[in-house]
Amino acid sequence: MVMLALEGVTKVYQVGAFGRRKLTAVSEVSFDVGEGEVIALIGESGSGKSTIGRMVLRLASPSGGRILFGGKDITGIREHDYRREVQGVFQDPFSSFNPIFRADRVLHMIREGFFPRLNNAQWMSKVEAALESVSLDPAQVLGRYPHQLSGGQMQRMLIARALLLDIRLLVADELISMLDASTRIDVLNLLADLKQRGLGILFITHDLSLGHYLSDRTVILRRGEVVETGPTTEVFAAPSHAYTRLMLESVPRLHQKWESK
Amino acid sequence: MREQFYFAFRNRKVVGGLSVILGLLVLGLVAPLFADYGPNEYVGPPAAPPSGEFLFGTTTFGQDVFLQFTTGLRSTFLVGVLGGGIAALIGMTIGFVAGYRGGLLDEVLNMLTNVVLVLPALAVLIILHAYLGIKSIPAQALFIGAFSWPWVARAVRAQTLSLRSREFVDLARLSGMGTMRIIRREIAPNMSSYLLLTFILLFGGAVLFAATLDFIGLGPTESVSLGLMMNNAVHWSALHLGLWWWFVPPGLGITAIVGALYVTNVGLDEVFNPRLREM
Ligand SMILES: Nc1ncnc2c1ncn2[C@@H]1O[C@H](COP(=O)(O)OP(=O)(O)OP(=O)(O)O)[C@@H](O)[C@H]1O
Ligand SMILES: [Mg+2]
Repeated sequence: MVMLALEGVTKVYQVGAFGRRKLTAVSEVSFDVGEGEVIALIGESGSGKSTIGRMVLRLASPSGGRILFGGKDITGIREHDYRREVQGVFQDPFSSFNPIFRADRVLHMIREGFFPRLNNAQWMSKVEAALESVSLDPAQVLGRYPHQLSGGQMQRMLIARALLLDIRLLVADELISMLDASTRIDVLNLLADLKQRGLGILFITHDLSLGHYLSDRTVILRRGEVVETGPTTEVFAAPSHAYTRLMLESVPRLHQKWESK
Repeated sequence: MREQFYFAFRNRKVVGGLSVILGLLVLGLVAPLFADYGPNEYVGPPAAPPSGEFLFGTTTFGQDVFLQFTTGLRSTFLVGVLGGGIAALIGMTIGFVAGYRGGLLDEVLNMLTNVVLVLPALAVLIILHAYLGIKSIPAQALFIGAFSWPWVARAVRAQTLSLRSREFVDLARLSGMGTMRIIRREIAPNMSSYLLLTFILLFGGAVLFAATLDFIGLGPTESVSLGLMMNNAVHWSALHLGLWWWFVPPGLGITAIVGALYVTNVGLDEVFNPRLREM
């Protein structure tokens, strides 16, 4: 069942003094995300991936087209209700935390807006449950400052934050690009686990192999336009667009030494 | 935070500057309480030099200079706090909103900032004074505040602009926080030291501005201030008559307050910026 649908979504930024120049960051993009489905949104740097993610999260509004959630235009859904079901985790864990406050503030931020009625004990048990579901030890991470946590712990905490709400869709923007290889696998497995539990994920990455690992379907983006889309296995096995083939070829193979051509 | 207090109290500039300011403030608050006459009353022999009875001597008319000085300190602090506070409030509000909201609002606010920036404050004041008369210190502070915020707005806007694109702001939005809450709870705390320094500079600027206005006769005439004392001293030729005790105390007082504020500012800068810390 389709949960999120983008229909001809366009984003034009006004740049330069007085917005005289126009920059089309996203152009006529259409795709959808089913209930509990993982969609990989892959493209090179500057291709408009984050812009799409931000529009889906309603941090930016499209200049054209529309975004539907559960069949309804998202601009018609109360923002508060929407945020209860759609949350995001960003690229850079270090800048996702306000450096001067304790890290668990990102969790408590949710409380006022969404759970004003819970008392302290109820809230803490909810927080602890969320942390445990991302394999974090509450005793170890609560009360710490961001610089006292590792990148992987930060990312998990951000995912835990999203899980405090009963979300149906997670927008993961370059979630693991900043992590080292082993932590990366842990976080990827965590996402796979969440998918098992029925969470839909819009997985944004510039890394083809990461996109491959997790996703059901793949959308390849180039300069703001969708150049190819389909089931991940098909896109990777038989890329139909020249750009996709080029991208696949340019992935360095670990078992192959670099040679000049 | 605790660490910063620790460094602040070990910093000689901060401690020295604050001591001077607090000393003068206490003097201004306490000393006038012991006088049983007003600062403009003719209570002593005319033009008497400093003595046991009149610590700073008297004016040509026999007014108590020490009492005028300490009462003037009150106005100086009042104008500094009010004028600096108003400027800080306007400048920070405009800077935060323009920087955070961006777009058309930003352009409008930017234009407003530039207009106020190029407006000749003195000319406007002369006109205002002629038509309305700036009678009280709060009115003067309001005027000073209304003209000294533009640089604050610019600086705060620039900093807000760079903080706004940080992802923790997006995360706050995703958590359902509104614009004003985000500015107050996420953005402003990140620049708290900067905001404090800004206020100190505004305070000093307002004190100087007020002294200038009083001195050239554009100040509130019905109160006592350090600038007005100097204005009177010059007006009644204290300089030629050799009544140095009439104009030296207010001159030194203003210099001391503003100087101490700037020294404190430099010291706090060192405290907040560990790279400048003198260890
Ligand atoms: N707020 C903005 N104002 C103006 N232009 C913007 C803004 N945000 C993004 N852009 C431009 O839109 C284009 C797409 O940016 P976007 O961040 O979506 O790329 P991306 O695919 O996420 O890249 P990366 O892999 O580097 O994160 C870029 O050219 C960028 O400069
Ligand atoms: Mg991006």
